[in-house]
Amino acid sequence: MIDKKYLLTTEQMANFVADGYLRFDKLIPDELNKAAHAEMETGVSTRGGGGTVLNDVWGDGSAVGRVFGMPEVQGIVHSLVGEAPLYDHHAVHIVRPQNEVGQIWHADAIIDLRMHFDIQFFYFSHDTPREMGGTMILPGSHYRRVCETDIARYQNFLGQLPIACEAGTLFVVHHGMWHCAQPNLTDQTRYMFKLRLNPTVRQCQLWNTDDIDTAPIHGILGRNHRWYGNDVRLEIVNRIKQWRFLIGDESFDVGYWLSRLENMPENIEAAA
Amino acid sequence: MSELRQKLLVLHLHTPDLNSSVVAWAMYDGTGEKRHTTGDSETPPYNSVMEAMRDGWRVIQFPQQFPAYPGMEYHTSYLRFEYILEKLEEIQ
Repeated sequence: MIDKKYLLTTEQMANFVADGYLRFDKLIPDELNKAAHAEMETGVSTRGGGGTVLNDVWGDGSAVGRVFGMPEVQGIVHSLVGEAPLYDHHAVHIVRPQNEVGQIWHADAIIDLRMHFDIQFFYFSHDTPREMGGTMILPGSHYRRVCETDIARYQNFLGQLPIACEAGTLFVVHHGMWHCAQPNLTDQTRYMFKLRLNPTVRQCQLWNTDDIDTAPIHGILGRNHRWYGNDVRLEIVNRIKQWRFLIGDESFDVGYWLSRLENMPENIEAAA
Repeated sequence: MSELRQKLLVLHLHTPDLNSSVVAWAMYDGTGEKRHTTGDSETPPYNSVMEAMRDGWRVIQFPQQFPAYPGMEYHTSYLRFEYILEKLEEIQ
């Protein structure tokens, strides 16, 4: 059983629902970063393919396996997809030096109708300044129903977030997050390790809920990322539905948005 | 002898009003002078379609507006208020 101190808080979970990502700067220690980097250069092997229990995929001999075995990382995993998720796939993303063209915007996989969600880790084992990329994400894009590269015509959005970070930084994103690799204008090859995980338990209050009555959930779920214009109201509805799913309370609302739509009284008032 | 080539500017707006603010943008340069790419600017080139028009860009596509399909009233996907503008420029 994982120590509660490693689990996410309710406030972090609300931020994940609103933004579609959480950021953990310099979470992984340098020694492990160097070992993981070396492993990425030579190839990261796994035991089993998609659908394998995560804890069976890597042994202690793998530096990448040790990264995802850290209690701090296990706490993130447990909070979002449960204690024993399934490995979906991983990829070592490489951008060669002096590559001046950014990858096209895309969401991974195809249109996904589930309220249940997968997570993807983006792990940066070395310093990644802006001139090196890294990966660009679009906060708040994760509930948009698009099929993979259908968004490739877009180039820039208000609020787009280039992941420029120091070694050992970990991002965890909702599976629907729009993203693209950025140009690498340095003389060094850039690496980013991506790992997708599937839940095996109902995603309901898996995190540390000690702050569930005090966290500023309504303000967080009402956040405006600006790039979707007046559709912010529809985005808030999507977040309310996701939060209801996560806390197991179908009456939860933000600012009366869904309550008024669900108010369809059928009782007939008796005449006086 | 000079020839004309097309530059395209794609502006996505806050609302369908051509005066409303730009929330996303893209540029495609048919002159071959510059290759624009993802994440290459943090601020839009114009604040609205009207501002771009005043700088000589011609609007060549308006976004059509459709009522939501039944059952999809609260779904979001692509940016809805997409205007495409062009400029023709001489190349040598």
